Amino acid sequence: MSAILQRLRRADTNLLQLLVLTVLIFAGMAALNPERFLRPYVFQSITFIAPELGLLAIAMMVAMLTGGIDLSVIGIANLSAILAGLFFHAVGGARGPELANLPLPTVLAGIGIALGIGVGAGAINGFLITRLRITPILATIGTGQVFTGICLVLTGGPAVVGFPKLWGMIGNGTMFGVAAPLLVFLVVAGLVWFMLARTAFGINLALIGTNPKAAVFAGLRTARTVFLSYVLTGVLASIAGILLSGRTNAAKSDYGVSYLLQAVLIAVLAGTNPAGGRGSVPGVALALVALMLLSSGLQIMRFNNFLVDLIWGGFLLLSIALTSWRSRVR
Amino acid sequence: MSGLANALRRHPELMVAAVLVLAVVVIGAVNPVFWQPSNIFSLLRASVISGILALAVLLVMLSGGIDVSFPAFAIAAMYLTVKAMIAWGFDGVVLPFLMASGIGLCLGLVNAVFVHYFRMIPLIVTLGTGTAVRGFILGAVGTSQINIGQMPPDLIDFARTELFAVARPDGSMAGLSAMVLVFAVIALLVHLMLRHTMMGRSIYALGGGEEAARRVGFNVRRTTFFIYGLAGALAGFAGLLHGAMIWTANPRDMVGMELDVIAAVVLGGASIFGGRGTVIGAVLGVLTFVVITNSLIILGVDTTWQRIVVGLIVIAATAVTAWRDRKRLA
Repeated sequence: MSAILQRLRRADTNLLQLLVLTVLIFAGMAALNPERFLRPYVFQSITFIAPELGLLAIAMMVAMLTGGIDLSVIGIANLSAILAGLFFHAVGGARGPELANLPLPTVLAGIGIALGIGVGAGAINGFLITRLRITPILATIGTGQVFTGICLVLTGGPAVVGFPKLWGMIGNGTMFGVAAPLLVFLVVAGLVWFMLARTAFGINLALIGTNPKAAVFAGLRTARTVFLSYVLTGVLASIAGILLSGRTNAAKSDYGVSYLLQAVLIAVLAGTNPAGGRGSVPGVALALVALMLLSSGLQIMRFNNFLVDLIWGGFLLLSIALTSWRSRVR
Repeated sequence: MSGLANALRRHPELMVAAVLVLAVVVIGAVNPVFWQPSNIFSLLRASVISGILALAVLLVMLSGGIDVSFPAFAIAAMYLTVKAMIAWGFDGVVLPFLMASGIGLCLGLVNAVFVHYFRMIPLIVTLGTGTAVRGFILGAVGTSQINIGQMPPDLIDFARTELFAVARPDGSMAGLSAMVLVFAVIALLVHLMLRHTMMGRSIYALGGGEEAARRVGFNVRRTTFFIYGLAGALAGFAGLLHGAMIWTANPRDMVGMELDVIAAVVLGGASIFGGRGTVIGAVLGVLTFVVITNSLIILGVDTTWQRIVVGLIVIAATAVTAWRDRKRLA
């Protein structure tokens, strides 16, 4: 009981620290550039772009909960979007009004295909990791290459351009004045939060990550739980793929490659322990907001993209150093 | 079956040697062009850079970590060195390679600080340092490619040295690059270091278990700094050699190369859990990898399939390694 209390307190100090960081970044950006940063447009564009990255970060956090990692999320996202796109092109032609006006059931079928790819790809990862006992880093590096390779073979390289209007609504539309991708993110993040914090599945995951051997001796079905967590990761990645292709009206084998580091960064910054056992959805959401504010601020100040990469990498290292320092103080 | 696992455990290079022989025989049978000296020479030449980088990856993997920062380090060392040579009007061979290795060494030590003092898993650390270093080079140093016209001539002459040449059927000469010898010497030195020095023993010990290594009296901190420092220095050396061999210094080069090199090292029988792997295995792994990926064209396979082949190699090799190292418990 006291262990649980301790964990809660630890999670809370972490959330508090993130909250302070977010406010500091916001205040800093606003002070540096008030007339360009404090405009509704900036925040509106964040609500469209952040959800896809947020879903990938949550996926990364779920994999890290058991001490693993999923380096194939980008491959899964792109493969889902490309297969859905090719399906639409097969049904409605490569371009033209018929493709744009595909009816709701067809679009739902496309969503089903994308999610199915997520389930299948996640199951492959889970199988390799739990049955063949391949370490998650190498298993997902390998499958990531295979998924990206399948994208390349299917498309031959160029992007699949042109999605139905209804599909575009998922990435570009608004509902009750709120960006549709943000609504998708809130619903999915809420579900994952519930699964991790309020169900046996989530508690078991954290337990397996804290001490895999103890989990086995406690009679947990570790293999099945870990397998399911990679399926969940795959599904989250495929939803990110749907949002990305809906927003850009295109799907390509190398879209979102820089998201991989950013997803890891957000997960680590959110207090997730990459060695397993600790991580939460609210933390990821807060870290996401902090980093999106930082990145749009840097864009407004016209930093070149490479320097933004330098700052991302530096931020990751800094957060590692901070986490280590905090745990030593305690 | 367990006899085979034992043999593989004792001689990790057995598996990759069998795969290499099989690949060579099959490819040579499908297309006899493979056996032409010019093809063999070009395959050996193509193995040099991946080979030196593979030694760096092997060192880190032996200690139980994984390094994805070395392509960025290699490019940084190469680009900074060539830029400095042009700026100072200096031409030569030994000093530039010392400088490139020195730059790599310093960057490697940064990795060591984060891994040792901040206790973060190497994958996350090197993801951060790799991105930051590449962002720094492209964002602060330059994005333009240095072409043959501006490259220091002595450096290029050195990389052009050939051991011997044989006449092709059409009368032109096909030479074996002397850089193969450079690679062989470095591989031999690393092999001797791992096998016959206390430092080599301590690297294997660290991979077997950090606490155990410390208890038997190894200096874990010195070993960690040695591993990442040497890996960085090897990466820096390989980077400059790469620039000299292709006569260009391109700061956008080697993107994604980490996956290929890791695939080759894993194919060579190294275990990501540390403590298992040999230089001979890594060298054979690189040769096998280069033979397979470079022979897709003469086998008549479309190059879009290359990613899939790389991914399947990683998965198959890690599955065998995991089966070899499987534990009784759980």
